[in-house]
Amino acid sequence: MFEILTILHDNGLLLLMGQYPNGPLGGVLCTLLISVLAVLMAFPVGVLLGLARLAPWRWLSWPAACWVYLLRGIPLMMVVFWTYFCVPLLIGHNISGFATMLCTLVIYESAYIAEIVRGGIQALPQGQYEASRALGMGHIKTLRLVILPQALFNTLPSLVSQLVSIIKDSTLGYVINVPELTYAANQVSNQLLTKPFQVFAIVALSYYIICYSLTWLANRLETHIANKRSHERPEAGKFAAPLVLTKTQSQ
Amino acid sequence: MRPIILFNQVNKWYGDYQALTNVSAEIKTGEVVVVCGPSGSGKSTLIRTVNRLEPIEQGEILFDGMDIHGSSTRLNQLRTRIGFVFQNFNLFPHVSVIENIMMSPVKVLGEKRTNARQHAGELLERVGLSHKANAYPAQLSGGQQQRVAIARALAMKPPVMLFDEPTSALDPEMVGEVLNVMRGLAQEGMTMMCVTHEMNFAREVADTIWFMDQGQILEKATPDNFFRAPQHPRARRFLSDLLVH
Repeated sequence: MFEILTILHDNGLLLLMGQYPNGPLGGVLCTLLISVLAVLMAFPVGVLLGLARLAPWRWLSWPAACWVYLLRGIPLMMVVFWTYFCVPLLIGHNISGFATMLCTLVIYESAYIAEIVRGGIQALPQGQYEASRALGMGHIKTLRLVILPQALFNTLPSLVSQLVSIIKDSTLGYVINVPELTYAANQVSNQLLTKPFQVFAIVALSYYIICYSLTWLANRLETHIANKRSHERPEAGKFAAPLVLTKTQSQ
Repeated sequence: MRPIILFNQVNKWYGDYQALTNVSAEIKTGEVVVVCGPSGSGKSTLIRTVNRLEPIEQGEILFDGMDIHGSSTRLNQLRTRIGFVFQNFNLFPHVSVIENIMMSPVKVLGEKRTNARQHAGELLERVGLSHKANAYPAQLSGGQQQRVAIARALAMKPPVMLFDEPTSALDPEMVGEVLNVMRGLAQEGMTMMCVTHEMNFAREVADTIWFMDQGQILEKATPDNFFRAPQHPRARRFLSDLLVH
């Protein structure tokens, strides 16, 4: 325990922000930055991809299906390498490890998010879609106003798991020299030589705290929405509250 | 009076199974048509073809002179003029009752929210559910949900209302409240097509009864004639089976 504190005292800044401001941003902050950006980008891309999978137009659903099947069939490490070596060839100049890792995460995770979203949509009763269409709303309007709000809420636990796994997958940035937390920790461990257990205990704890915070936030959101939907209003009279599962274990 | 809905030699197949066979019929403005018949006779399929929830393979269905199944038909616009009430209500569970009713007028017709809210309030009052405006669908009984669904369909001010077995999913004691709303609509002169097993409702409210079996309309008659002296043997058997239990 004491040794852990010593390590934190001596190398805390390196673990927190890498070489910054003398070098690129690294450590925990780099992990957070890449994760937040990846989540913010992978989520909308994944939702659009999931919708494309279900689109009534074949020119849209086929490429989306290819994207999903291809990426689910390849290990993430392969995608990292392919992006690392191919993107510079395609665009003619080098891109940073950070950008490479971000692209990889978005491309890879969006395929999984797409399948979660698709499952959520297909689990809804067909009547929801029909009722909306019967009211004169078009396909897109129906998705936006009726289908997605329900599907995304219902799939929140799986979606959060996927977002958490984005954070954890960012560790693979290590192999292409993205100076994120794992990379920084390895630097520290190599310096200290004899204390890998302590160093990586710090790393594990850091990841746990970051991932748990996201889960906690998501659970709060889920409870909030569920409460809103089952809230008994004064004028609503007496009726049994609907069964709503608020305690979710989505970690 | 000219027909507002006209079926002309409609045929529909599910694979090899023929669901509708040479259906020709018409509904005039202000008419209340009740479609009855045994399960699997094509009643629901027929009513769902009217707003193209089901495609047809042959024939045509005209709504106010427009070919519903034509490729150039502006389907969404056409559907705003045909109210549809489902067996399973299909309220949107993620928004409140009043938002359910307001959604389509605001998002499709482009009504102002304040106007739409006021109109929705009037409709809720009409179906006797003003006090549930801010409740969510899951908090309502089946009968209440179906009445909201009727209000939601009425919010588009459609000249025609279609009811696809509106009381079949309800507990017996809730059937009356829904039928009362429908009765009120009929009395106000709404053009209605109802698929239902409620024979008392049919006898009392219908102008015309269509009896269907195996995808065909076997008999079209006034309720008086249909219940007293059904012409088709299949209709006679259907009615006697109803009376037995």
